[in-house]
Amino acid sequence: MSTTPTTSDGRDRVVLAHGGGGELMGRLIREHLVQPLRNDLLDALTDGVCIDWPDGQVVFTTDSYVVTPLEFPGGDIGRLAVAGTVNDLAVMGAEPMALSLGLILEEGLPLEVLDRIVGSIARTADEASVRVVTGDTKVIERRGGGEEHRAGMFINTAGVGRPRANVKLGLERVEPGDVVLLNGTLADHGLTVMSVREGIEFESALRSDAAPLNGLLAAALAAGDVKFVRDATRGGVAGVLADIAESCQLSVEIDEAALPIGTTARHAAEMLGLDPLTVANEGKCVLVVAADAAERVLTACREHELGRQAAIIGRVSEQAPPLVELVTRIGGRRVVQRPYGEELPRIC
Amino acid sequence: MTADLAQARRELHELCSGYAQRIQVMEVCGTHTVAIFRSGLRSLLPANLRLVSGPGCPVCVTAQRHVDAALELAGRPEVLLATYGDMVRVPGGAGSLEQLRARGARVHVINSARTALELVRKHPDQQVVLLGVGFETTAPATAATVLEADRDNLTNFSVLMCHKLVVPAMQALLQAGDVPLDGFLAPGHVSVIIGTQAYGPVVQDHGRPVVVAGFEPQQIISGLLYLVRQIVAGRAEIENVYAGVVSDDGNRVAQEMIERVFVVANAPWRELGTIPQSGLELAPAYRRFDALERFGVELGPDETHPLCRCGEVITGRAEPIECPAFADPCTPLNPIGPCMVSSEGTCAAWYKYNRAAAMPLR
Repeated sequence: MSTTPTTSDGRDRVVLAHGGGGELMGRLIREHLVQPLRNDLLDALTDGVCIDWPDGQVVFTTDSYVVTPLEFPGGDIGRLAVAGTVNDLAVMGAEPMALSLGLILEEGLPLEVLDRIVGSIARTADEASVRVVTGDTKVIERRGGGEEHRAGMFINTAGVGRPRANVKLGLERVEPGDVVLLNGTLADHGLTVMSVREGIEFESALRSDAAPLNGLLAAALAAGDVKFVRDATRGGVAGVLADIAESCQLSVEIDEAALPIGTTARHAAEMLGLDPLTVANEGKCVLVVAADAAERVLTACREHELGRQAAIIGRVSEQAPPLVELVTRIGGRRVVQRPYGEELPRIC
Repeated sequence: MTADLAQARRELHELCSGYAQRIQVMEVCGTHTVAIFRSGLRSLLPANLRLVSGPGCPVCVTAQRHVDAALELAGRPEVLLATYGDMVRVPGGAGSLEQLRARGARVHVINSARTALELVRKHPDQQVVLLGVGFETTAPATAATVLEADRDNLTNFSVLMCHKLVVPAMQALLQAGDVPLDGFLAPGHVSVIIGTQAYGPVVQDHGRPVVVAGFEPQQIISGLLYLVRQIVAGRAEIENVYAGVVSDDGNRVAQEMIERVFVVANAPWRELGTIPQSGLELAPAYRRFDALERFGVELGPDETHPLCRCGEVITGRAEPIECPAFADPCTPLNPIGPCMVSSEGTCAAWYKYNRAAAMPLR
């Protein structure tokens, strides 16, 4: 944690003048952003940055983060902003090389909150072996009145990555007989955030799974013929599987008994009336793997810290019509569809 | 499949195959409906055992006039409407609460009635209206907030009372008589409050068995087995396969709270019309917390979409796929009727989980 800074109004909060392009802004950037994220490219503080690049293609992505609350068990908006963009690159089969960091801060945001979140960005970037090399900061007017209004922040990160050699991922490669893997427990992130937001306290066992998956995926891709990967964020695992069925015009059969889910998450989902398959994750991805490589890829996942509870959850088939079907614990069958917008907790 | 479950299923099949007629059983509660679909249980049942989804989804039975009153209240600048999540998408005459919120109305989604009181204290300049929806499960929580508001003399809190009672609706269905029902699978959580004895009239006056069950697939199968045993033997009794949780007398504290704060009154149900003694209103001592009275809102007529057959769906007269609007144009994204809005609605459950109803993926 950095020392308490002095600001123009004498309080330890973001003020509009922090976005004004003057000395105050310079101090905010130097002390609160560049300092914790330190690296030679960022330190130059130029308008843009020049990155050394090997010959070949660039994978380029961007994502914005608007989660409230800013901090929750297992993560915060900063960890999401790094992990989310790193994961978008990683599931494309790329090795993440560099990130940009765009911050939109609300007037009144405590600087200690900003410091914690930037610290989390720095740690998550380290974890993913990626650097934040350029950035931008804006301050917007306070959006709510009263003491209870908590000033927030938004983050945009863009990322560039280098495609891994000899890896070809795409829905066009998915065929009947392929095996579907998931790298760990379902629904932890969405349920954690929803619980905090609604003031429902489950046991501390419920924590967001937000994590950069590039290390895990590097190991998985090296272990065998992985054909397609997607991170199961909004829309959950159900959303990814529906995309596969829809795009490939193939069916996916999932085994409920094989789905990894934590006990607290299962109870929380039951209580809120939500299907864990449709709840967001931030450190989980669905992998479609050639059948003869499934065990090797599974082992590689399980050897990685973020894949200890990885499991084979289902198979791709030619069954018509193309649907995602779940074989339930009691041997029944039902259709799995992607959720319809915001999932609403039920009444009773 | 566990051994118990396999055995229960085997016995269910044996009993049904030895029974010449079709058996129709109503699962009253929306939570049962969803659990049945989620577990794929229907695909495991004998062909002549038909499950009918009943009027036990609070959103689905809320009368249009109450939805319209909620919209009118939420549209007032001084009002902050606190509602359970499922209600925000129900279409009324003037759009939905979700659409009003997008236009600037203060609509807060809450998960417990207590949160409404937190809003009351946080927003002293706003009139907080709690949309009091649900059966005996949520009524005690509404009662508790009214008692607290009374104790603390909170002047910016009121309730739009839409609470309903389960047993009178079951009786009304049997009296209407046009849907043959051989028995009821009664909801676990409502029964926790009202106790198994509350189903007495269904058994005594109508000769239909009632079995109280929990929400795990095993408990539901077991509940169905107990029902079918009774039906095949011509018995009509109350049985409880959720005995660890549900007692004969129910939760006396919650019942007393309901009795203290509310009076039983005739209530409008969507598409079922007014059912005598099937709803709750505030007792005279607490009438000052009634949102309709406070804001002088008159309940209007119950005009529903001409295509919508939710009324027939929640009474078991029609399956969702028999509705001309099902899946086109009525979908969870663009719901016409409340059975498609609520996650516990029968139409939403069919749309989501039933292979026969599933649209081919585009």
